[in-house]
Amino acid sequence: MRNAFAKAMTDLARERSDVCLLSGDIGNRMFDLYKEVAPERFLNCGIAEANMMSMASGMALSGLRPVVYTITPFTTTRCLEQIRIGVAYHEAPVVIVGTGSGLSYAELGATHHSLEDIAILRSIPNLHICAPADSLELVVHLRDAITQAIPTYIRIGKKGEPDLHQESTILGIGKAHLLQSGKKFLLLGVGPILSEALTASENLRRRGIDLAVASVGTIKPLDHEFLLRMVDEGYDNWISLEEHHRIGGLGSSLLEWLADNCINSVRLRRMGIKDHFVHHLGGQSYVRGSEGLNADSIIELLESI
Amino acid sequence: MRRRIIKTSANARIPHLGSCLSCVELLTALYWKELQISSDAPNDPERDRFVLSKGHGAPVLFQILAERGFFPVKKLDEFGQPGSVFHEHPPKPGYIPGVEAATGSLGHGLPMALGMAIAQRIQGVDARCYALLSDGECNEGSIWEAAMFAAGQQIENLTAIIDYNKWQATGRSQEIMSLDPLSAKWEDFGWHVQEIDGHDFVEITNAFCLAKAEKTKPSVIVAHTIKGKGVSFMEDDNNWHYRTPNQNELASALEELNVYS
Repeated sequence: MRNAFAKAMTDLARERSDVCLLSGDIGNRMFDLYKEVAPERFLNCGIAEANMMSMASGMALSGLRPVVYTITPFTTTRCLEQIRIGVAYHEAPVVIVGTGSGLSYAELGATHHSLEDIAILRSIPNLHICAPADSLELVVHLRDAITQAIPTYIRIGKKGEPDLHQESTILGIGKAHLLQSGKKFLLLGVGPILSEALTASENLRRRGIDLAVASVGTIKPLDHEFLLRMVDEGYDNWISLEEHHRIGGLGSSLLEWLADNCINSVRLRRMGIKDHFVHHLGGQSYVRGSEGLNADSIIELLESI
Repeated sequence: MRRRIIKTSANARIPHLGSCLSCVELLTALYWKELQISSDAPNDPERDRFVLSKGHGAPVLFQILAERGFFPVKKLDEFGQPGSVFHEHPPKPGYIPGVEAATGSLGHGLPMALGMAIAQRIQGVDARCYALLSDGECNEGSIWEAAMFAAGQQIENLTAIIDYNKWQATGRSQEIMSLDPLSAKWEDFGWHVQEIDGHDFVEITNAFCLAKAEKTKPSVIVAHTIKGKGVSFMEDDNNWHYRTPNQNELASALEELNVYS
Protein backbone atom coordinates (compact mmCIF):
# COMPACT_ATOMS: atom_id res chain seq x y z
CA MET A 1 0.00 0.00 0.00
CA ARG A 2 2.79 2.42 0.77
CA ASN A 3 4.14 2.17 -2.77
CA ALA A 4 0.66 2.93 -4.10
CA PHE A 5 0.58 5.88 -1.70
CA ALA A 6 3.92 7.18 -3.01
CA LYS A 7 2.75 6.87 -6.60
CA ALA A 8 -0.59 8.55 -5.89
CA MET A 9 1.19 11.39 -4.09
CA THR A 10 3.49 11.87 -7.07
CA ASP A 11 0.52 12.02 -9.42
CA LEU A 12 -1.30 14.46 -7.16
CA ALA A 13 1.77 16.68 -6.79
CA ARG A 14 2.03 16.77 -10.57
CA GLU A 15 -1.65 17.68 -10.93
CA ARG A 16 -1.94 20.22 -8.11
CA SER A 17 0.51 22.90 -7.06
CA ASP A 18 -0.94 22.99 -3.52
CA VAL A 19 -0.20 19.37 -2.59
CA CYS A 20 2.70 18.96 -0.14
CA LEU A 21 4.16 15.86 1.48
CA LEU A 22 5.54 15.91 5.02
CA SER A 23 7.40 12.79 6.08
CA GLY A 24 8.53 11.91 9.59
CA ASP A 25 11.94 10.75 8.41
CA ILE A 26 10.68 7.57 6.77
CA GLY A 27 10.23 6.40 3.21
CA ASN A 28 13.92 6.41 2.26
CA ARG A 29 13.89 5.99 -1.56
CA MET A 30 10.12 5.64 -1.79
CA PHE A 31 9.53 9.30 -2.59
CA ASP A 32 12.40 9.81 -5.05
CA LEU A 33 10.01 10.35 -7.94
CA TYR A 34 7.81 12.69 -5.90
CA LYS A 35 10.90 14.71 -5.03
CA GLU A 36 11.76 14.98 -8.72
CA VAL A 37 8.27 16.27 -9.47
CA ALA A 38 7.89 18.67 -6.54
CA PRO A 39 11.14 19.03 -4.59
CA GLU A 40 10.03 22.26 -2.90
CA ARG A 41 6.87 20.55 -1.68
CA PHE A 42 8.56 17.64 0.07
CA LEU A 43 9.54 18.20 3.69
CA ASN A 44 11.42 15.63 5.69
CA CYS A 45 10.32 16.85 9.09
CA GLY A 46 12.64 14.62 11.07
CA ILE A 47 11.60 12.62 14.09
CA ALA A 48 9.50 15.42 15.52
CA GLU A 49 5.87 14.59 14.92
CA ALA A 50 4.33 17.28 17.11
CA ASN A 51 6.04 19.99 15.08
CA MET A 52 5.26 18.19 11.82
CA MET A 53 1.54 18.08 12.58
CA SER A 54 1.32 21.70 13.73
CA MET A 55 3.31 22.86 10.70
CA ALA A 56 0.90 20.95 8.47
CA SER A 57 -2.05 22.75 10.05
CA GLY A 58 -0.31 26.11 9.52
CA MET A 59 0.35 25.21 5.88
CA ALA A 60 -3.25 24.10 5.38
CA LEU A 61 -4.57 27.33 6.91
CA SER A 62 -2.45 29.13 4.32
CA GLY A 63 -4.14 27.38 1.41
CA LEU A 64 -1.94 24.31 0.88
CA ARG A 65 -2.98 20.66 1.00
CA PRO A 66 -0.39 18.98 3.22
CA VAL A 67 -0.28 15.21 3.58
CA VAL A 68 1.51 14.02 6.72
CA TYR A 69 3.07 10.58 6.56
CA THR A 70 4.80 8.36 9.05
CA ILE A 71 4.31 5.13 11.01
CA THR A 72 0.81 5.07 12.50
CA PRO A 73 1.45 5.40 16.25
CA PHE A 74 3.72 8.37 15.59
CA THR A 75 1.36 10.23 13.29
CA THR A 76 -1.63 9.68 15.60
CA THR A 77 -1.24 9.19 19.33
CA ARG A 78 2.25 10.70 19.47
CA CYS A 79 0.91 14.05 18.30
CA LEU A 80 -2.70 13.72 19.35
CA GLU A 81 -3.15 17.23 20.65
CA GLN A 82 -1.65 18.72 17.50
CA ILE A 83 -4.27 16.75 15.55
CA ARG A 84 -7.08 17.69 17.90
CA ILE A 85 -6.35 21.41 17.96
CA GLY A 86 -4.25 22.26 14.91
CA VAL A 87 -6.02 20.03 12.43
CA ALA A 88 -9.50 19.17 13.69
CA TYR A 89 -10.51 22.27 15.64
CA HIS A 90 -9.16 24.55 12.92
CA GLU A 91 -10.77 22.36 10.22
CA ALA A 92 -7.42 22.61 8.49
CA PRO A 93 -7.47 20.40 5.39
CA VAL A 94 -4.61 18.15 6.44
CA VAL A 95 -4.51 14.51 5.36
CA ILE A 96 -2.89 12.32 8.00
CA VAL A 97 -1.62 9.02 6.66
CA GLY A 98 -0.47 6.31 9.03
CA THR A 99 1.51 3.46 7.50
CA GLY A 100 2.00 0.05 9.07
CA SER A 101 -1.36 0.24 10.81
CA GLY A 102 -2.84 -2.43 13.03
CA LEU A 103 -0.44 -5.37 13.18
CA SER A 104 1.47 -4.57 9.96
CA TYR A 105 4.58 -4.16 12.10
CA ALA A 106 3.62 -7.07 14.36
CA GLU A 107 7.19 -8.22 14.92
CA LEU A 108 8.35 -4.74 15.95
CA GLY A 109 6.40 -4.99 19.18
CA ALA A 110 3.79 -2.97 21.02
CA THR A 111 5.56 0.34 20.37
CA HIS A 112 4.81 -0.06 16.66
CA HIS A 113 1.36 -1.64 16.88
CA SER A 114 -1.54 0.71 16.30
CA LEU A 115 -4.62 -0.79 17.87
CA GLU A 116 -6.19 2.26 19.51
CA ASP A 117 -5.91 4.91 16.80
CA ILE A 118 -9.44 4.58 15.41
CA ALA A 119 -10.98 4.69 18.87
CA ILE A 120 -9.06 7.78 19.88
CA LEU A 121 -9.30 9.74 16.64
CA ARG A 122 -12.95 9.09 15.92
CA SER A 123 -13.88 10.84 19.15
CA ILE A 124 -12.47 14.08 17.71
CA PRO A 125 -14.96 16.28 15.83
CA ASN A 126 -14.38 17.37 12.20
CA LEU A 127 -12.09 14.46 11.38
CA HIS A 128 -12.90 11.79 8.81
CA ILE A 129 -11.48 8.34 9.55
CA CYS A 130 -10.67 5.98 6.67
CA ALA A 131 -9.18 2.50 6.65
CA PRO A 132 -8.93 1.36 3.03
CA ALA A 133 -8.80 -2.36 2.38
CA ASP A 134 -6.29 -2.19 -0.43
CA SER A 135 -4.22 0.12 -2.61
CA LEU A 136 -7.12 0.83 -4.94
CA GLU A 137 -9.33 2.08 -2.15
CA LEU A 138 -6.43 3.99 -0.61
CA VAL A 139 -5.88 6.01 -3.79
CA VAL A 140 -9.57 6.89 -4.00
CA HIS A 141 -9.63 7.97 -0.36
CA LEU A 142 -6.48 10.04 -0.73
CA ARG A 143 -7.79 11.86 -3.80
CA ASP A 144 -11.15 12.44 -2.13
CA ALA A 145 -9.57 13.81 1.03
CA ILE A 146 -7.45 16.30 -0.89
CA THR A 147 -10.27 17.34 -3.20
CA GLN A 148 -12.90 17.70 -0.49
CA ALA A 149 -10.51 19.63 1.79
CA ILE A 150 -11.79 17.92 4.93
CA PRO A 151 -9.35 16.91 7.69
CA THR A 152 -8.91 13.19 7.15
CA TYR A 153 -7.00 10.35 8.77
CA ILE A 154 -6.18 7.44 6.45
CA ARG A 155 -4.95 4.27 8.09
CA ILE A 156 -2.99 2.08 5.67
CA GLY A 157 -0.97 -1.13 5.71
CA LYS A 158 2.62 -1.66 4.70
CA LYS A 159 3.45 -3.59 1.55
CA GLY A 160 2.31 -6.64 -0.32
CA GLU A 161 -1.37 -6.37 0.58
CA PRO A 162 -3.51 -7.98 -2.15
CA ASP A 163 -6.00 -5.92 -4.13
CA LEU A 164 -9.48 -6.92 -2.98
CA HIS A 165 -11.61 -4.46 -4.93
CA GLN A 166 -12.69 -4.04 -8.49
CA GLU A 167 -11.62 -0.46 -9.19
CA SER A 168 -15.08 0.47 -10.46
CA THR A 169 -16.80 -0.51 -7.21
CA ILE A 170 -15.00 2.01 -5.01
CA LEU A 171 -17.16 5.05 -4.48
CA GLY A 172 -14.96 7.13 -2.20
CA ILE A 173 -14.88 8.43 1.36
CA GLY A 174 -18.01 7.66 3.32
CA LYS A 175 -19.03 4.81 1.05
CA ALA A 176 -19.12 1.12 1.95
CA HIS A 177 -19.71 -1.66 -0.53
CA LEU A 178 -19.90 -5.41 -0.83
CA LEU A 179 -16.80 -7.30 -1.88
CA GLN A 180 -18.69 -10.57 -1.74
CA SER A 181 -22.42 -11.07 -1.61
CA GLY A 182 -24.06 -13.73 0.57
CA LYS A 183 -27.13 -14.53 2.61
CA LYS A 184 -28.03 -13.78 6.22
CA PHE A 185 -24.44 -13.45 7.46
CA LEU A 186 -22.60 -10.20 6.80
CA LEU A 187 -19.02 -9.46 7.74
CA LEU A 188 -18.24 -5.74 7.84
CA GLY A 189 -14.55 -4.98 7.94
CA VAL A 190 -11.95 -2.30 7.43
CA GLY A 191 -8.39 -2.50 6.22
CA PRO A 192 -6.30 -5.18 4.53
CA ILE A 193 -7.46 -7.78 7.06
CA LEU A 194 -10.51 -8.13 4.81
CA SER A 195 -8.40 -10.57 2.78
CA GLU A 196 -8.86 -12.99 5.72
CA ALA A 197 -12.61 -12.50 5.47
CA LEU A 198 -12.66 -13.26 1.75
CA THR A 199 -10.64 -16.42 2.32
CA ALA A 200 -13.06 -17.43 5.08
CA SER A 201 -16.05 -16.64 2.89
CA GLU A 202 -14.74 -18.88 0.12
CA ASN A 203 -14.17 -21.77 2.55
CA LEU A 204 -17.53 -21.33 4.21
CA ARG A 205 -19.35 -21.40 0.89
CA ARG A 206 -18.01 -24.90 0.34
CA ARG A 207 -19.60 -25.79 3.67
CA GLY A 208 -22.92 -24.26 2.71
CA ILE A 209 -22.62 -20.99 4.59
CA ASP A 210 -22.94 -17.83 2.50
CA LEU A 211 -20.98 -15.08 4.20
CA ALA A 212 -21.23 -11.66 2.61
CA VAL A 213 -18.17 -9.45 3.02
CA ALA A 214 -18.30 -5.66 2.97
CA SER A 215 -15.51 -3.13 2.98
CA VAL A 216 -16.73 -0.31 5.19
CA GLY A 217 -13.78 1.86 4.16
CA THR A 218 -14.75 4.88 6.21
CA ILE A 219 -15.38 4.54 9.93
CA LYS A 220 -16.37 8.16 10.30
CA PRO A 221 -18.76 9.04 8.87
CA LEU A 222 -20.32 5.59 8.55
CA ASP A 223 -22.24 4.86 5.35
CA HIS A 224 -25.72 5.16 6.83
CA GLU A 225 -27.50 4.30 3.58
CA PHE A 226 -25.44 1.19 2.98
CA LEU A 227 -26.02 -0.12 6.51
CA LEU A 228 -29.76 0.48 6.25
CA ARG A 229 -29.79 -1.37 2.95
CA MET A 230 -28.05 -4.33 4.55
CA VAL A 231 -30.72 -4.39 7.26
CA ASP A 232 -33.47 -4.17 4.64
CA GLU A 233 -31.93 -6.98 2.63
CA GLY A 234 -32.28 -9.28 5.61
CA TYR A 235 -28.72 -9.58 6.86
CA ASP A 236 -29.39 -10.09 10.55
CA ASN A 237 -26.13 -11.62 11.73
CA TRP A 238 -23.32 -9.12 11.45
CA ILE A 239 -19.66 -9.66 12.26
CA SER A 240 -17.25 -6.75 12.47
CA LEU A 241 -13.59 -7.35 11.69
CA GLU A 242 -10.71 -4.99 12.30
CA GLU A 243 -7.03 -5.05 13.17
CA HIS A 244 -7.74 -2.83 16.15
CA HIS A 245 -8.85 -3.21 19.74
CA ARG A 246 -12.46 -4.22 20.18
CA ILE A 247 -12.86 -1.07 22.27
CA GLY A 248 -13.79 1.95 20.24
CA GLY A 249 -13.14 0.79 16.69
CA LEU A 250 -15.38 -0.23 13.81
CA GLY A 251 -17.33 -2.74 15.90
CA SER A 252 -18.09 -0.12 18.53
CA SER A 253 -19.12 2.34 15.79
CA LEU A 254 -21.56 -0.22 14.39
CA LEU A 255 -23.00 -0.95 17.84
CA GLU A 256 -23.54 2.77 18.33
CA TRP A 257 -25.18 2.99 14.92
CA LEU A 258 -27.53 0.09 15.66
CA ALA A 259 -28.46 1.56 19.04
CA ASP A 260 -28.89 5.11 17.78
CA ASN A 261 -31.14 3.92 14.97
CA CYS A 262 -33.15 1.57 17.24
CA ILE A 263 -32.36 -1.46 15.08
CA ASN A 264 -33.05 -4.54 17.16
CA SER A 265 -33.23 -7.08 14.36
CA VAL A 266 -29.45 -7.34 13.95
CA ARG A 267 -27.08 -9.34 16.15
CA LEU A 268 -23.52 -7.98 15.92
CA ARG A 269 -20.45 -9.96 16.95
CA ARG A 270 -17.18 -8.06 17.12
CA MET A 271 -13.81 -9.46 16.06
CA GLY A 272 -10.85 -7.40 17.14
CA ILE A 273 -7.89 -7.40 19.51
CA LYS A 274 -8.75 -8.09 23.13
CA ASP A 275 -8.07 -5.42 25.73
CA HIS A 276 -4.36 -6.12 26.11
CA PHE A 277 -0.97 -5.34 24.61
CA VAL A 278 0.44 -8.02 22.34
CA HIS A 279 3.75 -9.37 23.68
CA HIS A 280 4.11 -12.73 21.99
CA LEU A 281 5.29 -11.66 18.61
CA GLY A 282 5.71 -13.03 15.14
CA GLY A 283 4.81 -11.90 11.66
CA GLN A 284 1.48 -10.24 10.95
CA SER A 285 -0.04 -13.53 9.88
CA TYR A 286 1.10 -15.28 13.07
CA VAL A 287 -0.28 -12.59 15.36
CA ARG A 288 -3.57 -12.42 13.46
CA GLY A 289 -3.86 -16.12 14.20
CA SER A 290 -2.81 -15.93 17.84
CA GLU A 291 -5.22 -13.05 18.41
CA GLY A 292 -8.11 -14.85 16.75
CA LEU A 293 -8.38 -12.59 13.73
CA ASN A 294 -7.52 -14.81 10.77
CA ALA A 295 -9.66 -16.73 8.28
CA ASP A 296 -9.75 -19.82 10.54
CA SER A 297 -11.06 -17.72 13.44
CA ILE A 298 -13.79 -16.29 11.24
CA ILE A 299 -14.80 -19.76 10.07
CA GLU A 300 -14.83 -20.98 13.68
CA LEU A 301 -17.07 -18.11 14.73
CA LEU A 302 -19.51 -18.61 11.85
CA GLU A 303 -19.77 -22.32 12.51
CA SER A 304 -20.58 -21.61 16.15
CA ILE A 305 -23.53 -19.37 15.28
CA MET B 1 -4.27 49.96 26.39
CA ARG B 2 -3.31 48.83 29.88
CA ARG B 3 -6.31 50.65 31.35
CA ARG B 4 -8.69 48.78 29.06
CA ILE B 5 -7.05 45.42 29.66
CA ILE B 6 -7.19 45.84 33.44
CA LYS B 7 -10.82 46.97 33.33
CA THR B 8 -11.70 43.98 31.16
CA SER B 9 -9.94 41.65 33.55
CA ALA B 10 -11.78 43.13 36.52
CA ASN B 11 -15.20 43.25 34.89
CA ALA B 12 -15.13 39.91 33.07
CA ARG B 13 -13.01 38.12 35.69
CA ILE B 14 -10.39 37.20 33.09
CA PRO B 15 -7.06 36.03 34.60
CA HIS B 16 -3.52 36.13 33.19
CA LEU B 17 -3.42 39.86 33.74
CA GLY B 18 0.29 39.85 34.58
CA SER B 19 1.04 37.96 31.36
CA CYS B 20 -1.00 40.45 29.36
CA LEU B 21 0.65 43.53 30.83
CA SER B 22 4.12 42.22 30.00
CA CYS B 23 3.51 42.10 26.24
CA VAL B 24 1.58 45.32 25.60
CA GLU B 25 4.47 47.18 23.95
CA LEU B 26 5.49 44.11 21.91
CA LEU B 27 2.02 43.67 20.44
CA THR B 28 1.46 47.39 19.98
CA ALA B 29 4.68 47.72 18.00
CA LEU B 30 3.81 44.65 15.95
CA TYR B 31 0.35 45.82 14.99
CA TRP B 32 1.08 49.50 14.43
CA LYS B 33 4.63 49.38 13.06
CA GLU B 34 5.52 45.99 11.76
CA LEU B 35 2.79 43.74 10.39
CA GLN B 36 1.76 44.28 6.80
CA ILE B 37 -1.93 43.66 7.32
CA SER B 38 -5.17 45.45 6.59
CA SER B 39 -8.39 45.29 8.54
CA ASP B 40 -10.19 45.78 5.21
CA ALA B 41 -8.70 42.54 3.87
CA PRO B 42 -8.07 40.30 6.87
CA ASN B 43 -7.79 37.21 4.66
CA ASP B 44 -5.46 38.68 2.04
CA PRO B 45 -3.25 35.71 1.07
CA GLU B 46 -0.25 38.04 0.83
CA ARG B 47 -0.58 39.40 4.37
CA ASP B 48 1.92 38.99 7.18
CA ARG B 49 0.70 36.56 9.80
CA PHE B 50 0.89 36.80 13.56
CA VAL B 51 0.20 33.90 15.90
CA LEU B 52 -0.22 34.57 19.61
CA SER B 53 1.51 31.39 20.70
CA LYS B 54 1.02 32.45 24.34
CA GLY B 55 -2.73 32.32 23.85
CA HIS B 56 -3.44 33.48 27.39
CA GLY B 57 -2.46 36.95 26.23
CA ALA B 58 -5.72 37.07 24.25
CA PRO B 59 -7.14 40.13 26.07
CA VAL B 60 -4.28 42.23 24.64
CA LEU B 61 -4.71 40.78 21.16
CA PHE B 62 -8.47 41.36 21.14
CA GLN B 63 -8.02 44.94 22.32
CA ILE B 64 -5.42 45.62 19.66
CA LEU B 65 -7.41 44.04 16.84
CA ALA B 66 -10.38 46.20 17.82
CA GLU B 67 -8.26 49.34 17.95
CA ARG B 68 -6.79 48.45 14.55
CA GLY B 69 -10.28 48.28 13.09
CA PHE B 70 -10.75 44.54 12.61
CA PHE B 71 -14.03 44.81 14.50
CA PRO B 72 -15.78 47.54 16.50
CA VAL B 73 -14.31 48.28 19.93
CA LYS B 74 -17.87 48.10 21.22
CA LYS B 75 -17.85 44.34 20.53
CA LEU B 76 -15.48 43.94 23.45
CA ASP B 77 -18.31 44.85 25.82
CA GLU B 78 -19.35 41.22 25.49
CA PHE B 79 -15.93 39.99 26.69
CA GLY B 80 -16.42 37.08 29.08
CA GLN B 81 -20.20 37.03 28.67
CA PRO B 82 -21.92 33.65 28.21
CA GLY B 83 -22.09 32.81 24.51
CA SER B 84 -19.43 35.33 23.51
CA VAL B 85 -16.41 34.40 21.36
CA PHE B 86 -14.30 36.76 23.47
CA HIS B 87 -13.03 34.67 26.34
CA GLU B 88 -9.67 33.65 27.73
CA HIS B 89 -8.01 32.37 24.55
CA PRO B 90 -8.27 33.12 20.82
CA PRO B 91 -10.74 30.87 18.98
CA LYS B 92 -10.02 29.41 15.57
CA PRO B 93 -10.00 31.79 12.58
CA GLY B 94 -13.41 32.85 11.35
CA TYR B 95 -14.87 33.92 14.67
CA ILE B 96 -12.83 37.03 15.39
CA PRO B 97 -11.40 38.89 12.37
CA GLY B 98 -7.63 39.10 12.49
CA VAL B 99 -7.10 36.01 14.63
CA GLU B 100 -4.86 33.61 12.71
CA ALA B 101 -4.86 30.58 15.01
CA ALA B 102 -6.54 29.15 18.08
CA THR B 103 -3.98 29.02 20.82
CA GLY B 104 -4.02 28.51 24.54
CA SER B 105 -2.46 25.10 24.66
CA LEU B 106 1.18 26.12 24.77
CA GLY B 107 3.69 24.92 22.23
CA HIS B 108 1.38 24.93 19.20
CA GLY B 109 1.63 28.49 17.95
CA LEU B 110 5.27 28.61 16.91
CA PRO B 111 5.09 25.39 14.84
CA MET B 112 1.88 26.62 13.22
CA ALA B 113 3.48 29.96 12.37
CA LEU B 114 6.42 28.00 11.00
CA GLY B 115 4.02 26.09 8.75
CA MET B 116 2.56 29.39 7.57
CA ALA B 117 6.07 30.72 6.84
CA ILE B 118 6.87 27.58 4.84
CA ALA B 119 3.61 28.03 2.94
CA GLN B 120 4.63 31.59 2.05
CA ARG B 121 7.91 30.25 0.71
CA ILE B 122 6.20 27.53 -1.34
CA GLN B 123 3.58 29.96 -2.68
CA GLY B 124 6.17 32.63 -3.49
CA VAL B 125 4.46 35.13 -1.20
CA ASP B 126 6.72 37.96 -0.03
CA ALA B 127 5.49 38.18 3.54
CA ARG B 128 6.57 37.22 7.05
CA CYS B 129 5.23 35.22 9.98
CA TYR B 130 5.53 36.18 13.61
CA ALA B 131 4.82 34.30 16.82
CA LEU B 132 4.81 35.63 20.37
CA LEU B 133 5.85 33.05 22.94
CA SER B 134 5.97 33.11 26.71
CA ASP B 135 9.11 32.02 28.48
CA GLY B 136 7.19 29.27 30.28
CA GLU B 137 6.07 28.05 26.87
CA CYS B 138 9.69 27.26 26.10
CA ASN B 139 9.24 24.29 28.47
CA GLU B 140 7.37 22.57 25.65
CA GLY B 141 9.40 20.18 23.50
CA SER B 142 7.47 21.17 20.39
CA ILE B 143 9.02 24.65 20.58
CA TRP B 144 12.45 23.16 20.23
CA GLU B 145 11.32 20.78 17.49
CA ALA B 146 10.14 23.84 15.58
CA ALA B 147 13.36 25.69 16.42
CA MET B 148 15.49 22.93 14.92
CA PHE B 149 13.34 22.50 11.84
CA ALA B 150 13.13 26.22 11.10
CA ALA B 151 16.92 26.53 11.35
CA GLY B 152 17.49 23.39 9.30
CA GLN B 153 15.29 24.73 6.51
CA GLN B 154 16.58 28.31 6.85
CA ILE B 155 13.08 29.75 7.25
CA GLU B 156 14.24 33.35 7.34
CA ASN B 157 10.73 34.82 7.03
CA LEU B 158 9.86 33.68 10.56
CA THR B 159 10.34 35.82 13.65
CA ALA B 160 9.68 34.50 17.13
CA ILE B 161 9.38 36.94 20.01
CA ILE B 162 9.75 35.70 23.56
CA ASP B 163 7.98 37.67 26.26
CA TYR B 164 10.68 36.92 28.81
CA ASN B 165 9.03 38.01 32.05
CA LYS B 166 10.88 35.36 34.08
CA TRP B 167 7.73 33.80 35.50
CA GLN B 168 5.52 30.92 34.56
CA ALA B 169 2.26 29.85 36.12
CA THR B 170 3.55 28.74 39.49
CA GLY B 171 7.12 29.88 39.79
CA ARG B 172 10.27 31.41 38.37
CA SER B 173 10.86 30.06 34.87
CA GLN B 174 14.56 29.64 35.52
CA GLU B 175 14.02 27.56 38.65
CA ILE B 176 11.46 25.20 37.11
CA MET B 177 13.09 24.24 33.82
CA SER B 178 16.49 25.94 33.81
CA LEU B 179 15.67 28.23 30.94
CA ASP B 180 18.86 30.27 31.06
CA PRO B 181 20.92 31.01 29.12
CA LEU B 182 17.87 31.46 26.90
CA SER B 183 19.50 33.50 24.13
CA ALA B 184 22.44 31.12 23.92
CA LYS B 185 20.04 28.19 23.58
CA TRP B 186 18.32 29.77 20.57
CA GLU B 187 21.68 30.72 19.11
CA ASP B 188 22.88 27.14 19.50
CA PHE B 189 19.69 25.99 17.80
CA GLY B 190 20.73 28.02 14.75
CA TRP B 191 18.62 31.17 15.12
CA HIS B 192 19.53 34.83 14.71
CA VAL B 193 19.12 36.15 18.25
CA GLN B 194 18.55 39.64 19.63
CA GLU B 195 18.05 40.57 23.27
CA ILE B 196 16.08 43.72 23.94
CA ASP B 197 14.06 45.61 26.52
CA GLY B 198 10.55 44.45 25.64
CA HIS B 199 9.00 47.67 26.95
CA ASP B 200 11.11 50.01 24.82
CA PHE B 201 9.45 50.84 21.50
CA VAL B 202 12.69 51.94 19.85
CA GLU B 203 14.46 48.70 20.73
CA ILE B 204 11.46 46.64 19.63
CA THR B 205 11.08 48.27 16.24
CA ASN B 206 14.84 48.19 15.61
CA ALA B 207 14.84 44.48 16.42
CA PHE B 208 12.08 43.86 13.89
CA CYS B 209 14.15 45.68 11.24
CA LEU B 210 17.23 43.61 11.99
CA ALA B 211 15.21 40.39 11.99
CA LYS B 212 13.95 41.21 8.52
CA ALA B 213 17.46 41.93 7.32
CA GLU B 214 18.60 38.41 8.29
CA LYS B 215 18.31 36.31 5.14
CA THR B 216 19.68 32.93 6.14
CA LYS B 217 18.21 32.15 9.55
CA PRO B 218 14.96 32.40 11.43
CA SER B 219 15.04 35.19 14.01
CA VAL B 220 14.17 35.28 17.66
CA ILE B 221 13.81 38.40 19.76
CA VAL B 222 14.31 37.66 23.44
CA ALA B 223 12.40 40.54 24.97
CA HIS B 224 13.11 41.18 28.64
CA THR B 225 9.84 42.19 30.22
CA ILE B 226 8.21 42.62 33.60
CA LYS B 227 5.16 40.59 34.41
CA GLY B 228 2.37 42.97 35.44
CA LYS B 229 4.25 45.93 33.91
CA GLY B 230 2.70 49.36 34.53
CA VAL B 231 1.05 48.81 37.91
CA SER B 232 3.39 48.87 40.89
CA PHE B 233 1.55 46.32 42.99
CA MET B 234 1.27 43.91 40.06
CA GLU B 235 4.80 44.20 38.73
CA ASP B 236 6.83 41.03 39.18
CA ASP B 237 4.13 39.59 41.48
CA ASN B 238 3.12 36.23 40.05
CA ASN B 239 -0.17 36.18 41.93
CA TRP B 240 -1.49 38.21 39.00
CA HIS B 241 -1.15 35.19 36.77
CA TYR B 242 -4.41 33.94 38.24
CA ARG B 243 -5.93 36.82 40.18
CA THR B 244 -8.32 39.40 38.87
CA PRO B 245 -8.54 42.85 40.47
CA ASN B 246 -11.30 43.73 42.92
CA GLN B 247 -12.87 47.17 42.74
CA ASN B 248 -10.32 48.79 45.08
CA GLU B 249 -7.42 47.28 43.17
CA LEU B 250 -8.96 48.35 39.90
CA ALA B 251 -9.27 51.93 41.15
CA SER B 252 -5.68 51.93 42.39
CA ALA B 253 -4.38 50.50 39.14
CA LEU B 254 -6.25 53.03 37.04
CA GLU B 255 -5.06 55.84 39.28
CA GLU B 256 -1.46 54.71 38.86
CA LEU B 257 -1.93 54.65 35.13
CA ASN B 258 -3.17 58.22 35.53
CA VAL B 259 -6.43 57.53 33.82
CA TYR B 260 -9.63 57.74 35.76
CA SER B 261 -12.53 55.52 34.84
